[in-house]
Amino acid sequence: MLTNKKSIWLSGPYLVWIAGFIILPLLVILYYGLTTQEGSFTLKNIIGAVTDTTNLKATFLTILLAGGATLICLFLAYPLAMFLTKLNMKSKTSLIFLFILPMWMNFMLQMVAINVILEENGIINGILAAIGAKKMHVANTYTAVLIGMTYDYFPFMLLPIYNTVSKIDGDLVNASHDLGAGHIRTFFKVIFPLSLPGVISGITMVFIPAISDFAISEMLGGGMTLLIGNVVEMSFTKGLYHSGSGLALILMAFVLLSSLLTGNKGDEGGALIP
Amino acid sequence: MKKEKLIELVGITKSFGTEQVLKDLDLYILDNEFITLLGPSGCGKTTTLRIIGGFVTPDTGKVIFEDKDITSLPPYKRQLNTVFQKYALFPHMDVFENIAFGLRIKNLPEEEIRKRVGEMLDMVGLSGFEERAVTSMSGGQQQRIAIARALVNKPRVLLLDEPLGALDLKMRQDMQYELKNIHKQAGITFIYVTHDQEEALTLSDTIAVMNQGVIQQIGTPEDIYNEPKNAFVADFIGDSNIIDGIMIRDRLVHIFGVNFPCVDTGFGENKPVDVVIRPEDVMLISPEKSDLKGVVTSLIFRGVHYEIDVMANGYEWLVHSTKAVPVGTVVGISVEPENIQIMHKPRSVDEEAASVDE
Amino acid sequence: MTKMKKLSSVLQKVYIGIIFTFLYAPVVLMIVLSFNGSKSAYEWGGFSTVKYEALFSNATIMEALVTTVILAFAAAAIATILGTVASVGLLSMKVKARNAVTAVSNIPLLNADIVTGVSLMLFFAAFVTRMSSTTLLISHVTLVLPYVMLNVLPKLMQFDVSVYHAALDLGASPAKAFFKVVLPDIFPGLLTGFLLALTISLDDFTITYFTKGQGLNTLSTLIYTNRIRGILPEYYALAAIMFIGVLLLILVMQIVNVRSVPKGGKEKELSKKGNNY
Repeated sequence: MLTNKKSIWLSGPYLVWIAGFIILPLLVILYYGLTTQEGSFTLKNIIGAVTDTTNLKATFLTILLAGGATLICLFLAYPLAMFLTKLNMKSKTSLIFLFILPMWMNFMLQMVAINVILEENGIINGILAAIGAKKMHVANTYTAVLIGMTYDYFPFMLLPIYNTVSKIDGDLVNASHDLGAGHIRTFFKVIFPLSLPGVISGITMVFIPAISDFAISEMLGGGMTLLIGNVVEMSFTKGLYHSGSGLALILMAFVLLSSLLTGNKGDEGGALIP
Repeated sequence: MKKEKLIELVGITKSFGTEQVLKDLDLYILDNEFITLLGPSGCGKTTTLRIIGGFVTPDTGKVIFEDKDITSLPPYKRQLNTVFQKYALFPHMDVFENIAFGLRIKNLPEEEIRKRVGEMLDMVGLSGFEERAVTSMSGGQQQRIAIARALVNKPRVLLLDEPLGALDLKMRQDMQYELKNIHKQAGITFIYVTHDQEEALTLSDTIAVMNQGVIQQIGTPEDIYNEPKNAFVADFIGDSNIIDGIMIRDRLVHIFGVNFPCVDTGFGENKPVDVVIRPEDVMLISPEKSDLKGVVTSLIFRGVHYEIDVMANGYEWLVHSTKAVPVGTVVGISVEPENIQIMHKPRSVDEEAASVDE
Repeated sequence: MTKMKKLSSVLQKVYIGIIFTFLYAPVVLMIVLSFNGSKSAYEWGGFSTVKYEALFSNATIMEALVTTVILAFAAAAIATILGTVASVGLLSMKVKARNAVTAVSNIPLLNADIVTGVSLMLFFAAFVTRMSSTTLLISHVTLVLPYVMLNVLPKLMQFDVSVYHAALDLGASPAKAFFKVVLPDIFPGLLTGFLLALTISLDDFTITYFTKGQGLNTLSTLIYTNRIRGILPEYYALAAIMFIGVLLLILVMQIVNVRSVPKGGKEKELSKKGNNY
């Protein structure tokens, strides 16, 4: 049964499944994206997706917010990964595990919790009122969406960076010091270049879900934040399948292309459980 | 020729957690010498090297370099370079850039960097490999790159941490000669760490034998081999017969019911001592000529000599001889007085700790 | 120098603490506030289980909770069985073919969730029927299948085939040999895959949103649909329960993983000494 020509058939149901529920749906989207309501071939949906002013505005805002969240995650996670590596803890796996754990509170409930903190009558404003300071209006703004994205995707940045940084041989750093490089030059000439694969992986793992988000912006942006994900979602809930598919195709092309370029095979998701 | 003290370690102690690795260590290193820190793993030799390199800060004590206290000077400000155990070559740089690293840090002009890296590659026999990825090189080649990367900075001292440990036997022997040559050519101090006594004896001007955080003996290879100070050194350097004996009086020791004349004095009268006799110093003679008789229990051909075990009065003697003696032969045992080494039995706690672990 | 080092080490710990707080504040807050008698987020109205009572008597939320849990278990179970059987088959495949298949099955991992969601929605709308609990289940199985494969296939590939052959040699039928010899060996991978599938399904919003039937809700979609109504008191209790539940799942996974990792990684700890950048 194991490694035997006949047993290939055991993977039959699975092959049917991925053909039916992965490949076929993508072909359907491709069909809708390249046809008109009447079923004739057109590039209008694709061209429309990248020329429509609403879409362009949404794209600009999406890149701004998703890019911002990615950068914030990077600048917060990198030092954290370095400092965690330096802690001489016995069980490093459990330590990093602690930093991944909050991610597993239900995604929607995370958004609710952030709202509890940020909203008009939330924790922060409660504290500000108690000390007699002016209220902050963060809820339902771009800032709230940025905070939400940063919070939600932070572990995806931390984990790959930590995995590369913690594997750098301490003697490479010693060797750099030995050859006359101080801490700053050692960082830029040795540590950072060696951690680059983790950084790239982290950037893709944060940026890609962030640019396709529509729920965070709805939950925290108060319906005022129109991201590319919101445009896609609205097209489909309104039944505009053809133009929605055009947009979805562009999004997919971008996502798969960047995964291809960064060598992300998607299997790091399994590593979220340390 | 009187040489200058270049580096001095004074009263160094170091603990990792509850484990004390170095105990009040004093050591000085002369200019241009090849000194080896030799000892079993965990004896503190690598920690000593790392303290000199500046990678580990001692708990107490001072590191002095040319009369200046450098104890808290970071490694990148010290005039010495290190060849790391597993080479620690930068995997994201090619051979040239690895060697050029220190020169680039000093912001030297490109032309000089090219010239000096080229010279180094010549010296280690790797010209033409400039653009190769270091990860594609063999262990021996990586070793040479590591040495070139350190020496290109013209350090006053080169620290080598078990540099041959990862190489196979043939390669190690070749590299030993090469290291000796490089030492002569570079004309600087080498501080070498190893657990391989043969390597230490072959390469060094001076050997410091360490065990359990204490220097047991320091001296030339000849001194260490011929005059081991205690049972640990005797046992660690080469093979030895280490026998319980009683010093009857000056120049006479009693072992296995037989009195042997020796050359040592000052051990008192009727005091228990350790007696060390090297296997090649044991002479097998005809039984009637000796008071100590034994039977050959094993005979192994080792190439240059035969290794013979002789059972005599309850102790199995290890003997190296160029002549074969068949198993079962009754032989007499004889040792020249100057080949008998008398040593104090360990007494104090420290000496106890320093003695061989059984 | 040593003073500087001490200062920087303290600052580093402070930094670690700040991020830790940032990550845990929402979670801890929800749990603490779930026992708050007051409706306000920042006024303590005394210890009370009133929010839990509200939660358990809210039929809509409880229904969504039950749907979420059943859906997760069903999707994880189907995916585990399908994935394990498939892995055995893939083992006999040529390396190139196997890599191609796993690459396709990883597409949902790589792709933006929204694209996976709308593609399934369009597919069901075009070929099958209206969205229902069935389309939801199929979509979740598709979503979690790669996570199962990532855990089962490598374990199976590490398995020493000669052990299986030995079992056959000793008279076991292929099926019996599989269940008696192979399955126990790959079981940790199977269990991790199952538990990971469970957590992914429990946490999903986007795929569910596009493929659920009308009137059917999981917790995520229910909260999303109700977003205009603001933060209901029930959410606090729900967040506490969900977090503790998932925490338990992950703890089980940790234990399974630790047990299945061969011993002997200790010497690495020692070589880290003197690593002081």
